Amino acid sequence: MAPEQTTAVLEAEGLTKHFPVRGAGRDVLRRGAAVHAVDDVALSLHRGRVTALVGESGSGKSTVARLLAQLQTRTGGAVRLHGKDVTVHGGRRFRAYCRSVQLIFQDPFASLNPVHTVRYHLTRALRVHGHAGRTARELEEALTDLLGRVRLTPAEQYLAKFPHELSGGQRQRVAIARALAARPEVLLADEPVSMLDVSIRLGVLNLLRDLKEQLSLAVLYITHDIASARYFADETLVMYAGRLVEGGESETVTQSPAHPYTRLLIDSAPDPERIGSAQRAELDEDDLGEPPSLVTPPAGCRFHPRCPHAMERCTTELPPRFEVSGKQWAACWLYDNGSPAPAGES
Amino acid sequence: MARLRRPKFLRNGKATAGALILLFFFILAVIGSWIAPYSPDATGPDAVVGPSGAHWFGTDQLGRDIYSQLLVGTRGVIVVGFAAGVIATVLSLVIGIASGYLPGRGGEALSVISNVFLVLPALPLLIIITSATPKDGGWIVILTIGLTSWAWNARLLRAQTLSLRRRDYVEAARATGESTWRIIAFEILPNLTAIIASGFVGTVVFTILSEITLAFVGINVSEWNWGTVLYWAQSQDALAQNAWWWFVPAGMAIALLGTGLALLNFGIDEFVNPRLRSGGRARVRTRAGRRLRMRVGFTPVLATVEEGEAR
Repeated sequence: MAPEQTTAVLEAEGLTKHFPVRGAGRDVLRRGAAVHAVDDVALSLHRGRVTALVGESGSGKSTVARLLAQLQTRTGGAVRLHGKDVTVHGGRRFRAYCRSVQLIFQDPFASLNPVHTVRYHLTRALRVHGHAGRTARELEEALTDLLGRVRLTPAEQYLAKFPHELSGGQRQRVAIARALAARPEVLLADEPVSMLDVSIRLGVLNLLRDLKEQLSLAVLYITHDIASARYFADETLVMYAGRLVEGGESETVTQSPAHPYTRLLIDSAPDPERIGSAQRAELDEDDLGEPPSLVTPPAGCRFHPRCPHAMERCTTELPPRFEVSGKQWAACWLYDNGSPAPAGES
Repeated sequence: MARLRRPKFLRNGKATAGALILLFFFILAVIGSWIAPYSPDATGPDAVVGPSGAHWFGTDQLGRDIYSQLLVGTRGVIVVGFAAGVIATVLSLVIGIASGYLPGRGGEALSVISNVFLVLPALPLLIIITSATPKDGGWIVILTIGLTSWAWNARLLRAQTLSLRRRDYVEAARATGESTWRIIAFEILPNLTAIIASGFVGTVVFTILSEITLAFVGINVSEWNWGTVLYWAQSQDALAQNAWWWFVPAGMAIALLGTGLALLNFGIDEFVNPRLRSGGRARVRTRAGRRLRMRVGFTPVLATVEEGEAR
């Protein structure tokens, strides 16, 4: 199915989350301090399209997922489902919201309750959203259908199992089936394969892709592995220290990254073909930094302390989004005049 | 896992022993007043005589049969202990889980309340309340013990709930759209079963001891229990009269019941935390005839070494 340009199912604008820092006695002077986990994130998810959110640990990716799932309340900004701003805390309205937006958790070993069977998990998800049918037979059919969708067949073999009797990949499939039980439009996948064995990651990713095509789901794929974003996603957004720094078509972003951080991220992935290249040596010297403190994030561009191309302006002014090409944007002052800086410039 | 629990649990020797002792006292509690040879209040001509064929555990100062008093008293001990234990456990469940799960002020307030009850001196309070109430009925004792002995368990449950609350599967249940009470009852509570069970047993030990202590200090002595026997023994200077049969059987019964409950508790603890399991089958005999005990961190290596092979 060709990716169709429809209106967004789920949109976020100016999404912000600050976690207050609980002041211990010695922190009295820093009262009111907060961890700036997510700042001014804007993204939109379309049916039948996968959007990848890439970033290193602690960059706020998972917080974005939880904010979009409304499991945490946002500090600022808007989350729009079908164009309508939604803020729900719980109760019936939350139930209605999560019928459309479902979250898959990172760790399949933790996201299933050890005391319940697969049947219980799926039955509850079906019941909560009223898809369990009226009779026991309809329920049984719905369960079989769900497990069939995630390719756990024969279903009877899996329904009576407890989570500890399943492998990681099987558990993640059960978790996906549970999310599908709500018949959602949006699937937020928070690093769905990072806890799985390398050998079965591809299987789960392909499963998600097939489900996306069959059910025309809008998928947010959160990952730290930019290579899998290229493989799996139509659009890729790169996040650094709580802010989006680059975005665009996956192929463009991963093959000709514009933002210095994206370049660093791609170059930090080991690639046997790149050994000994001159470009690699240059980046290695600047590769020593670590993400900034999110309690007192750097002024201006948050990447400037680590950036090999940092200018005077980067330390004071926050760069807005600049179009790099029709398919790509970057929040970096290098693109201010519209002419992309060559990758090797120092 | 849940289905396998019961047989696995009773495979533990301590748990089985504890359960058997408890069963013994339960049976006594039911049939005690029928198999008692005399009425516990029936006076007789032989005052303070030692054990004999007619009076197995001797008699007290009024010639009453102590064996019958103990048999009849078992029911009081068991009923009051377990009823108060149930009340205390239910209270600790409600308050402990609510204070652990509810965010912010509500949870904190409940936690403060349980801290206050924790430092309340329960026994003096019990003595005051039960002696102030006009008629001494078993229910007053049950209620006062139940209402004052829940705090310790509540704190334990609060701590565990706090740890479970942020688990992914609880978040996942929220993301599925489950209601709060359903998350508490079906996602968190089953994971607390072991703590609740062991807390219940511990509370019962406490309530039984409180009840016996109350009777021993002379409160609610119109109904027979083991504490009442001890109360009379104490007030009649049994020790000075060398009437050991008066207090030793009652003391032994208390100790045995306490041991049974404690063994049951150990069994639950070991079932929950396999590290506490003392190795029964972990003893191995080496080929050289030495006996070894397997421990954590001990890696057995099976190898056949040929005789005379030089390495």
